[in-house]
Amino acid sequence: MIGLLEEMTAKALKLNIPLSVQLDLTYRCNERCVHCYLDHHDHGEMTTAEIKHLMDEMAEAGVFILTLSGGEIFLRKDFFELLEYARRERMFCVKLKTNAILIREHEAARIRDLGVESIQISIYSHRPEIHDAITLIPGSLKRSVDAIRFLKAQGLRVVIANVLMIQNMQDYKGVRALAEELDVECTLDPTITPMMDGDRTVLNLGVGNDALRQVFRDASLVGDVDQFCAVATNPDEDALENLPCSAGHTACYVSPYGDVYPCVQFPLPTGNVRQQRFLDIWRHSDQMNDVRSIRVKDLSTCTSCSHVSSCTRCPGLAFMEGNMRGPSSQDCQKSFARTGVPSANMLAKQRAAENRGQTNLVLAGISSANLVQIRVLPSSAPSATA
Amino acid sequence: MSKLYMARNPRVAARSLDGEMMIMSGRDSTLFTLNRTATILWQAADGATPLDEIVELRICHEFDVDRSQALQDAESLARELATHEILRISEEPIAQPATQSGSSAGEAR
Repeated sequence: MIGLLEEMTAKALKLNIPLSVQLDLTYRCNERCVHCYLDHHDHGEMTTAEIKHLMDEMAEAGVFILTLSGGEIFLRKDFFELLEYARRERMFCVKLKTNAILIREHEAARIRDLGVESIQISIYSHRPEIHDAITLIPGSLKRSVDAIRFLKAQGLRVVIANVLMIQNMQDYKGVRALAEELDVECTLDPTITPMMDGDRTVLNLGVGNDALRQVFRDASLVGDVDQFCAVATNPDEDALENLPCSAGHTACYVSPYGDVYPCVQFPLPTGNVRQQRFLDIWRHSDQMNDVRSIRVKDLSTCTSCSHVSSCTRCPGLAFMEGNMRGPSSQDCQKSFARTGVPSANMLAKQRAAENRGQTNLVLAGISSANLVQIRVLPSSAPSATA
Repeated sequence: MSKLYMARNPRVAARSLDGEMMIMSGRDSTLFTLNRTATILWQAADGATPLDEIVELRICHEFDVDRSQALQDAESLARELATHEILRISEEPIAQPATQSGSSAGEAR
């Protein structure tokens, strides 16, 4: 049975309504996470008035779910003014993403009073020596966990987001146990995003194929392992007409500087709300409409891939690799780790390597090392095999 | 029959999608959609206008319905929405939290 939210999303898709928007209020942050893709300097954030005006425009456009993120949202002195405006004046369903280290009892109570739907908090490990070594802030795990307790005491819904990387690979079970103890939900994501300036060296922090394979075979995470790891059957015609994801269709992202993108992980500029109305960008931007025109059948390489109907392919990551209609190597690696079957992209790269006389370089590389070794690196990037 | 007043619960999230109001409960994030009549009640629920007046002005004016039946149905609907904490109802006018630009009903304009 289709849920009401799915039904509403289908309706929004048909009506070309941006049902869900992530708005980053700032890129400034009080942590310095080793895997973070952001430039934390303030290059001219939108003012309070500009953000309120944007919220007016987003409500007018039909935005229902507004995720306020960053950077660290609580570094904005006007955060609660903006949150109050979003909730009381424009009645968005507001979700927050934060490291929570500035949330104490008082802030938790205000968040509760303003009816926030959920608060997602990044926790990298249950061990301070690991978590704090990722955030580079001593004491940050304790502060974040204390904040979770304050929020839970207010009856709020908290979700722990656990990004998986080399440093904390062994700790996801500990994080899940911590989440259980705190009575909060927990998500696990092995995706590392390239830096905003295109620097991909941060991808070296991504876990390798062996580790991914271990995660995908953990029944406590995926349920029925055989079913989860099965190779999908060949897609039918309908599957090839599917949309790659919601980016640009029912969702988009706005940066602290007013730039609108299809998604936070899809840095294709489509317009700026300081120069154009939000709805005009959403409806009329050539770039947004280009993204919107893509169907699964249009994906180069991926349409011939055995994983095409089950792949988690991210068009934004593909864009950052150079072609939004192309494959996303991180997702190729996930499909391979899950099923043991190389993707069409990986096989093509293998053939190319063989033609260059580099026998088995590609597939050998991914069996024990991380993602960056299976892609052709730009000349400016350091060699992954160094 | 005593007057019944309705006010939108400020803890919910709301947006109109193609004339259909989408409401998320502030209690447990349950999503509701309101049909056209319920949407009219939601939009008119200012805490100050009694239900019979809303029915007279907004329901009977728009739909060809019997007034007493419409009022009975509207009251039943209002009470149901109150059980889901979407509306607050009272036999006295209900003060709404002050907002900067007046009370918002979540309409997409």
